[in-house]
Amino acid sequence: MATINRNLEATENKSARLIDARGPRFGAVITTAVLAVALVTHSAVLIGLQLLVFATGAFLGPQKSPYALIYKKFVKPRLSGDVPTEDVRPPQFAQKIGFLFAVTALSGAILSAPVLFAVATSFALAAAFLNAAFNFCLGCELYLLIARATNR
Amino acid sequence: MRTLAPLAFVLAISAAYGFWYRRTRGRVVAKKAPESQPLGLTPAQIGVELGTRGTLVQFSSAFCSPCRATRALLTDITADQPDIVHVDIDAESHLELVRKLDIRSTPTTLILDRNGLEIGRAVGAPKRDQVISALAAIKL
Repeated sequence: MATINRNLEATENKSARLIDARGPRFGAVITTAVLAVALVTHSAVLIGLQLLVFATGAFLGPQKSPYALIYKKFVKPRLSGDVPTEDVRPPQFAQKIGFLFAVTALSGAILSAPVLFAVATSFALAAAFLNAAFNFCLGCELYLLIARATNR
Repeated sequence: MRTLAPLAFVLAISAAYGFWYRRTRGRVVAKKAPESQPLGLTPAQIGVELGTRGTLVQFSSAFCSPCRATRALLTDITADQPDIVHVDIDAESHLELVRKLDIRSTPTTLILDRNGLEIGRAVGAPKRDQVISALAAIKL
């Protein structure tokens, strides 16, 4: 009977914006492919481009990322049925983490530090692949651990 | 063409983790010997009175996609069970409790008996039938 909400901020914020949940998942598939090629070819250019994509997703919102625009223009019109929605904040958090890894990887490329490049690209690739293949929620796994570690 | 070994390595590790993730998330794991807990959770700790039969304590956070679905699911399950209380707690603003209960990710749902003792928990969006059978198994 009784569901008590002590959590207006976290889950049922009226201003929480909902987006089509399939958009970020589609973006994760392209991100996985781009990062895989970048890892194999050690391409600073590809990491740079992916960094820009992460930046738009992280700071303007995942629904504004170039991959989301491709999804809206070419993929969404072909889909039918109910639109699954999700809060915009979890995928935006994931884009921010991706952005940090891309910055690290690009620094590695610029500083001629191939190990740094490979490790940072690998972490971003792993997160994107897990999201694409298993609907992995990075914010769910990471955010509370960060909060636990940083707030004493 | 550079070597494919790092790519193969990353994908293999990620896939292994992914299959484990998919298999374990949402599963209700029974807590062995809840009697061994010194004390159950109190209304003061979770902010609401305990249900007369049991309580579902959900921990959520802002960057959590399945938290909304979990909330809707548990609201639905408890709708026709007046003796079960569902409470949704923002993990970030209750870090002391989160550490004490060793909550590591969201959503995490604890199933408490009427004394506030944890008899089971599910990490990830819980499976409906497993929550229902865990609630049905609560001894009064």
